Amino acid sequence: MYKIAKENLSALFQLIADSQELYLPVKTAGQTNFAAWSKDAEVDLDTLKTVKSAKDAFFPQSEGLYTVKKEGKKMSVEPEALKEQDFVVFGMRACDVRGLAVLDNVFLADPIDTFYAARRDHGTVVALACHEPEETCFCKVFGVDAAEPLSDVAAWMVGEELYWKPLTEKGEALTASVKELLSDADEAAVDAEKDAIHHIVEKLPYMNLSLEGWDGDALSEKFDSPIWEELYKPCLACGTCTFVCPTCQCYDIKDYTAGNSISRYRCWDSCMYSDFTMMAHGNNRTSQMQRFRQRFMHKLVYYPANNDGMYSCVGCGRCVEKCPSALNIVKVVKAFQNQGGEK
Amino acid sequence: MQELINRAKELLADGTVARVLGWKAGDLPYNPEPAYFETAEAMEDFVYNGFCGANLSKYMIEASRLEGKTLVCLKPCDTYSFNQLIKEHRVDREKAYIVGVGCKGKLDIEKVKKQGIKGIESIGGAEIADEAETLTIQTIYGEKTCAYADVMLERCHVCKGKDHMVYDEIIGESKETKDAERFDEVARIEAMSPQEKFAFFQKELSKCIRCNACRNACPACSCRKCVFDSNKFDSSQKANVDTFEEKMFHIIRAFHVAGRCTDCGECSRVCPQGIPLHLFNRKFIKDIDELYGEYQAGEDTDSKAPLTNYTFEDAEPSIVGKRG
Repeated sequence: MYKIAKENLSALFQLIADSQELYLPVKTAGQTNFAAWSKDAEVDLDTLKTVKSAKDAFFPQSEGLYTVKKEGKKMSVEPEALKEQDFVVFGMRACDVRGLAVLDNVFLADPIDTFYAARRDHGTVVALACHEPEETCFCKVFGVDAAEPLSDVAAWMVGEELYWKPLTEKGEALTASVKELLSDADEAAVDAEKDAIHHIVEKLPYMNLSLEGWDGDALSEKFDSPIWEELYKPCLACGTCTFVCPTCQCYDIKDYTAGNSISRYRCWDSCMYSDFTMMAHGNNRTSQMQRFRQRFMHKLVYYPANNDGMYSCVGCGRCVEKCPSALNIVKVVKAFQNQGGEK
Repeated sequence: MQELINRAKELLADGTVARVLGWKAGDLPYNPEPAYFETAEAMEDFVYNGFCGANLSKYMIEASRLEGKTLVCLKPCDTYSFNQLIKEHRVDREKAYIVGVGCKGKLDIEKVKKQGIKGIESIGGAEIADEAETLTIQTIYGEKTCAYADVMLERCHVCKGKDHMVYDEIIGESKETKDAERFDEVARIEAMSPQEKFAFFQKELSKCIRCNACRNACPACSCRKCVFDSNKFDSSQKANVDTFEEKMFHIIRAFHVAGRCTDCGECSRVCPQGIPLHLFNRKFIKDIDELYGEYQAGEDTDSKAPLTNYTFEDAEPSIVGKRG
């Protein structure tokens, strides 16, 4: 265990950024999101939840795949390069770290997504414990411990010190590269902080939400429930929940045509959108109820069915905070509880 | 609120309306959701308080297609949107039983949280009947307070007034909440140099995540299918890119709703990234007022709108060059 004074963090960021890219929570025009560090960036480690998760660092909302260019009679194809430089993501929370595990199961399974895999190989994550979890948090429901940010380096902000503990080889390497700024520390302060966090977690309203009845075997029962017809009604069919989510992984591939060149890019897609998975035969989900149902069935039924029971929600609570109609996955789970899954 | 519930139950019971469109209590003190109620029992969950900011006018487009009348709760500002939708033949007035509900300004939970208030357990002072000008908030980190006016939605600070533009009956009192001039912010941006303006909007719009919440919440955006949802043209309309394409989305939308936007403020309320989208629309409203005479969309259902009407006094296109 090491520590560094909070006032020396900018020196730490500078030192990391000297040798590799550094992404961390930065406040721009009033909102905090993960962004590349610069001297002028307003680093914000106090905001618990960035608007978007750090998913972009590994799976950007939009990225080029390749470009086709025409010059005279010659055509050339230029594939987008894979990530080759090491980078650090600082300040992810335990829930978002679990989010990466969810994405890994999708993108690192055969056939491997090479763009994602390259970023995972080159990325080192320094995750920060949640000093003051909030009422929208429910990570504990998914077995995530807000006090134990298990990643390459785990960190805790206690008073005026940041405590730093490498947990993996990558974490050790990063630690070695910034050792001049770190000093040895014992675990006492961190142990007290963990206790304090656990104490808070127990007081939060969503933390003991029961997921009984939600698993890979619940398919027909949940899919056919009439409850969805009620639940979806306030949904505006926007993509906010999917785009702030650390685990939503669906994307679309599209072409941008610019006269003599075509850029093929992929961008996040949302199951809430009317053209989602539009195919030659038409759309396989024709109503908003079906689109709404898809999101929650995917998180709580389909994904666990394909991934040894692991849910693809991590309880970060961003959808709880951001849905314009105040809908969210917690309300869905509770609606089924209240009506016993049948009506 | 009880008067509203009782009246709604009465109208459900005597068959005047088939359903009630209002808000259902959430599972946190600040997250009620728009909901339909079809029975008196279901009305147990009905709630109407300071967090019921959603403009239910847009839901009436769908509700107009349902069997029977829908009782819809509209705040004074929401009724402008409803009128505008009548004017555009998007809702059926006969299918709506409009209860104009009182309003004392709606709250923005993000502004509460921006004051550092977190771990919220309960919020006192948000009820409509409460005269309190302070919210008392119990949190797991202790009791906090904040001034009601400090955490109101932007639109309430430039409130259009306490009057409902269309209604069948009114339940509850409204309060004056206006404490700022509607066009001040626009004027401030107009005064910037082109470079400053560009930098301002670039910074704001670079936060856009293309979630379409602004469009989908907007009562003026009522196209059955939006051009930006088309898969027939090869642009980057779906990507959150920091280029002209993304700004184009917001600028096209502002042009498309110009003269029809009532300035209801839903676009800014729902934006997950806190982009002040209403500024685009308000700029158009200000220009229309200056070029064609003062006009408030949604004030009535039969006047001719400045941009769809021709008069000899209309501004000539050359005005663009003259104004600079």
